[in-house]
Amino acid sequence: MPGQIGYYSLANVWLGVKITLIGEILHIDRGKGDNMRKIVNKSRLGDGLWEYELEAPLVAEASDPGQFVILRLHERGERIPLTIADKSLEKGTITIVVQSAGKSTIELNRDFSEGGEIHDLVGPLGNPSEIDNYGRVTVIGGGVGIALIYPVARALQEAGNHVISIIGAQSEDKLFYQDKIDEVSDEVVVTTDDGSVGRKGYTSDAFKDVLKTKKVNKSWAIGPVMMMKVCQEVAEEFDTELIVSLNTIMVDGTGMCGGCRVEVNGEARFACVDGPEFPGSAVNFDLLVQRTEIYEEEEQCALEVYLEDESK
Amino acid sequence: MSRRKEEVPMPQRDPSDRVENFNEVPLGYDREAALEEAERCLQCDPAPCIEGCPVGIDIPGFIDGIMNENFQESIDTIKESNNLPAVCGRVCPQEEQCQEVCTLGENFEPVSIGRLERFAADWEREHGSVDNSVEGSRDERIAVVGSGPAGLAAASDLRKLGYEVTVFEQFHQPGGVLVYGIPEFRLPNEVVEREVENLKEMGVEIETNTVVGRLFTVDDLLEGTRVDKYDAVFLGTGAGLPYFLDLPGENLNGIYSANEFLTRVNLMRAFKFPEYDTPVKIGKRVATIGGGNVAMDSARTALRLGAESSMVIYRRSEDEMPARDEEIQHAREEGVDFRLLRNPIRFKGDNGRVEQVECVEMDLGEPDESGRPRPVPKEGSEFSLPVDNVIIAIGNSPHPLIPRTTDGLETSDRGTIKTGSRGRTAREGVWAGGDIVTGAATVIRAMGAGKTAASDIHGWLSSQDGWK
Ligand SMILES: Cc1cc2nc3c(=O)[nH]c(=O)nc-3n(C[C@H](O)[C@H](O)[C@H](O)COP(=O)(O)OP(=O)(O)OC[C@H]3O[C@@H](n4cnc5c(N)ncnc54)[C@H](O)[C@@H]3O)c2cc1C
Ligand SMILES: Cc1cc2nc3c(=O)[nH]c(=O)nc-3n(C[C@H](O)[C@H](O)[C@H](O)COP(=O)(O)OP(=O)(O)OC[C@H]3O[C@@H](n4cnc5c(N)ncnc54)[C@H](O)[C@@H]3O)c2cc1C
Ligand code: SF4
Ligand code: SF4
Ligand code: FES
Repeated sequence: MPGQIGYYSLANVWLGVKITLIGEILHIDRGKGDNMRKIVNKSRLGDGLWEYELEAPLVAEASDPGQFVILRLHERGERIPLTIADKSLEKGTITIVVQSAGKSTIELNRDFSEGGEIHDLVGPLGNPSEIDNYGRVTVIGGGVGIALIYPVARALQEAGNHVISIIGAQSEDKLFYQDKIDEVSDEVVVTTDDGSVGRKGYTSDAFKDVLKTKKVNKSWAIGPVMMMKVCQEVAEEFDTELIVSLNTIMVDGTGMCGGCRVEVNGEARFACVDGPEFPGSAVNFDLLVQRTEIYEEEEQCALEVYLEDESK
Repeated sequence: MSRRKEEVPMPQRDPSDRVENFNEVPLGYDREAALEEAERCLQCDPAPCIEGCPVGIDIPGFIDGIMNENFQESIDTIKESNNLPAVCGRVCPQEEQCQEVCTLGENFEPVSIGRLERFAADWEREHGSVDNSVEGSRDERIAVVGSGPAGLAAASDLRKLGYEVTVFEQFHQPGGVLVYGIPEFRLPNEVVEREVENLKEMGVEIETNTVVGRLFTVDDLLEGTRVDKYDAVFLGTGAGLPYFLDLPGENLNGIYSANEFLTRVNLMRAFKFPEYDTPVKIGKRVATIGGGNVAMDSARTALRLGAESSMVIYRRSEDEMPARDEEIQHAREEGVDFRLLRNPIRFKGDNGRVEQVECVEMDLGEPDESGRPRPVPKEGSEFSLPVDNVIIAIGNSPHPLIPRTTDGLETSDRGTIKTGSRGRTAREGVWAGGDIVTGAATVIRAMGAGKTAASDIHGWLSSQDGWK
């Protein structure tokens, strides 16, 4: 791999520089962990995919479909945004589904078990999805996006819509929530890239087929940027409205850093407070892709260091 | 001993050592230096310096304490008016406040009031006993939203009077700009953590990770829906929304708002990546846009992260730079390259990363509404500078979340919350103070606003007089 050499040497430079710094700086204990969140339940949904039920009664009460939380695994952790996939007011819990993507999500999926605690959690953040009775709607979830589309589909169905759900994954072992999606949809289409289950192909292909045969008033697509981009192209072709949820890089999630900025209608908007949902037709997807690549080398480096520590 | 004409110099780290680490730059006076500097004070009566301090500290009084080596008395005097002397002594723009009007300054260098204040505060942290006792006992509960200097000061004064006080903070760590913005080499987070510990010891409850306006609203706090009921609410949520320039190419990778850059480094400890998980990416050439403290902090932080060149691009001249003199001087010593009377007009780069900042030269024209000369672009003077990163430090405005989710608050067209002189908002039972009222200002003004509101909250709850 051509990038390989670059990234190893980069990791070394980082480590070299950082370790000299670490030596000189007093370690300060940060945060007191007085609002740790208990993991009430953890279950495996598929390859690199885990579902967590976290104790967070106030967040559960306050949240609506489409909103997210930010959590830190430990005192040295970064702030990772994760969508609230479900909640239980009786148990005072929220559910999140986490896909292993890099250091933090892999660490969570590997090292945190039922009964354990997450250092801190803040939410609900972002604006809820705009739920109304639109008539016939499609919701499209790709990969971990299936979990994120679930509460939206449910709310839409409760609001009286005819809900067509399209869920897709690379292969069967990455597909999950089929039964849950079934419960909240009037029609369901399943796709896998390799055809191991459902129809072979992408969610966007299935979306196109739906639009060919039916009039749909509004749609949602949540998943990888490329998927959302292609779905938007399809929506445009059929002149129908599509809402997408932008998973940018975030720090605070409260509108104070601008790291999550995206271009919507040619203007800079902050995904965390102005979104995360935006009309797909207004989003500059290329810029979005570009901005999620900012830390690729550092992400590799962090993962590398973590896996090395793990194996010791 | 004859009176020195110049201030006793502040011992500070060598610039070449400084840029290698995040250790605090000014080391603080030792006992001898403090005594010598204190001796310079004329003990004026009346003392103009007191007028110059936004919270009216009895400056000759506390300096007298140092002169007599009665340091406890000195710090007690300061604390009658200032809850955060270790912070203010370090970051106050003294040269425009207490020291500007110091009588000694008419002929010589003014007394270094800030440094003496820091000395007394640091002495207390090392030797003194901090008095965390509570003077009264009240049944009423007060909610403080935001844990910056405004919120911390209000919480402290109200708790002292005996109220049950809860501070709600959206971040995982309390302190506001003091912990996420101002860097370690100017204000070690440890200093702020100590102040927060003192508050906790007094019995103030601090709820972090709580975004008011999302998790629950100000109305919930006043009505006791979903959360405990509070009798009064103080809003000290600051001005945290960063301005961007709105120029072409501003969304290229490598361009940070100062808020993001400093938050990654200070709050998230990105300078210790990968020991800490949050990365920050700084290349060889870094340009910071702006001329205030935030710009100086960003440019100096970039050097410490390994940038080979760090420049500050500012559209007016040095005289107009709003940063503290000391910060400008420190930045110069460390090698920050000032490109004054220059303004960016666009950012360029292939492959999605910023590579060039295109600027135009400026002339100073007639004064504008701020009273400073208006910068006017010089025609045909465009030029490009190669850069790997740009940090935009042109200011912040208040976040609209609280006004948007609270009934009956009035805001200005700048988005600040309107209050009367005692911090009362248009909504009964709700006070506000600090940057959310004034727009981005200073630590001491925010703290002063917190104190003023606290005393008015006490008055209102005690007398039950009408609102307004
Ligand atoms: C509003 C929102 C909701 C999200 N909901 C979910 C969810 O419910 N389930 C889930 O599995 N993932 C979700 N994500 C994505 C998740 O936050 C990232 O996968 C995670 O932060 C990656 O961290 P890492 O250290 O494991 O991987 P990294 O090594 O840091 O990155 C791996 C990949 O994730 C992207 N990424 C890195 N940091 C962030 C960040 N702070 N925010 C977003 N993307 C990032 C990078 O572009 C990179 O391609 C959501 C993101 C956003 C913005
Ligand atoms: C980099 C930098 C350097 C500076 N240098 C100096 C200096 O040298 N000297 C000086 O005097 N001043 C300086 N300032 C300005 C000074 O720090 C501010 O004026 C001061 O901190 C304002 O205090 P505040 O309490 O009003 O708000 P902040 O310090 O901004 O605190 C507000 C707090 O409220 C929290 N909050 C916001 N919204 C919510 C919500 N909805 N729910 C819960 N919590 C919320 C925020 O997270 C934050 O912690 C500097 C500012 C910056 C950014
Ligand atoms: S608080 Fe600031 S203005 Fe007041 S005396 Fe201290 S340094 Fe001077
Ligand atoms: S004005 Fe200057 S000399 Fe006079 S009391 Fe104040 S600090 Fe001392
Ligand atoms: S994550 Fe910082 S502004 Fe959106």
